[in-house]
Amino acid sequence: MFSAVYRSIGGLGRRVREGVWTLGYAARFFLAVLLRSGDLLRRPGLVLRELYYVGVLSVIIILVSSLFVGMVLGLQGYETLKVYGSDSALGVLVALSLTRELGPVVAALLFASRAGTAITAEVGLMKTTEQLSAMEMMAVDPIARVVAPRFWAGVISMPLLAAMFSAAGIFGGYLVGVVLIGLDDGTFWSQMQAAVQWHHDVLNGIVKSAVFGVAVSVIALFEGFDAQPTAEGVALATTRTVVVSSLAILGLDFVLTAFMFKG
Amino acid sequence: MQRGILDFWVGLFVIGGIAALLFLAVKVSTINTLSTADSYEVTADFNNIGGLKVRAPVKSAGVVVGRVAKISFDNGNFEAKVALRLDKRYQFPADTSASILTSGLLGEQYVALQPGGDSKNLANGGKIRITQSAVVLENLISQFIYNKAQDKGAGHANP
Repeated sequence: MFSAVYRSIGGLGRRVREGVWTLGYAARFFLAVLLRSGDLLRRPGLVLRELYYVGVLSVIIILVSSLFVGMVLGLQGYETLKVYGSDSALGVLVALSLTRELGPVVAALLFASRAGTAITAEVGLMKTTEQLSAMEMMAVDPIARVVAPRFWAGVISMPLLAAMFSAAGIFGGYLVGVVLIGLDDGTFWSQMQAAVQWHHDVLNGIVKSAVFGVAVSVIALFEGFDAQPTAEGVALATTRTVVVSSLAILGLDFVLTAFMFKG
Repeated sequence: MQRGILDFWVGLFVIGGIAALLFLAVKVSTINTLSTADSYEVTADFNNIGGLKVRAPVKSAGVVVGRVAKISFDNGNFEAKVALRLDKRYQFPADTSASILTSGLLGEQYVALQPGGDSKNLANGGKIRITQSAVVLENLISQFIYNKAQDKGAGHANP
């Protein structure tokens, strides 16, 4: 009886201690990545290669899903705005919700599941097959050679992908609002332009997506780097990447929104 | 190595991202933060600003000529002090009046400038003296009820 209680309290303590330990290791890992990125200035080709795998290959899923998100926003927004006779504000609704929230957040969620998992699986497999240890044996720093290029590729491509998401989503809203439903073309764009502000809405959205890019890249790389060097370990790490980075994106989004759009 | 074709795709990716940003900048949003170089600031005191917000438009004859820069409470005269940042291209006479109006029935509130006839213009740091506060719905209703009651009372006094 007592031993069961004792064990469960002990288990709780161990779990908390492990969480703190992992968090500290992740912070140290993040710092190491930043400190050892200097070599990339001499070898930009490494980042370029990763930009292809992380960024270019994510474009299709980003564009297609943003088009649908924009079209759904257009349909739903129209149904609601029509009740109040202000369906001319559809452009504003679509553009503001995309540039402020949906663009950065949904693009980051898609990025985490499309590119983040690929990064974790790749780095985890490199660890399992002892490629990382082999590099260390040859005096090649795996953090500088493997981790840092992927980190910077993620940080660079995330804002670009979010901008594409917002732009294609607004186009989707235009397709439904103007082409399908038949709202006035001029009103749609001019109302949108009057309400959306470059600094306050668009630029803040881009800043958000850059923060998400850092978070997702670090989480994906850390999970890969920290994975148990077994097939099961890599699978677990890949799952954890999606779960942890999705939670991090949504949590960070709340914090950033509270900072940017209060008032 | 397929370095050549890889470069091409990454280039296209970056161009696509920048094109999307340009689209957001040109077609979707307006860059309307006036820099201090091509604008000037004037202040106006209002009894009540209603729901006026910072960055609300300042309009004259319906055209946006500036933005509300700052709203603060003046503890000296217990009035709201509103700083307006106006475009340097538009100059207004010194006796211009400012009123807070609402666009549409439930729209956002904005500051409307009604130019006066003074030969001197408002300068940077100048003050708009003639102001009209925002219409508060509750005050309007109570005024209406009060007037009605007064009419009734007057009717009873001399039948």
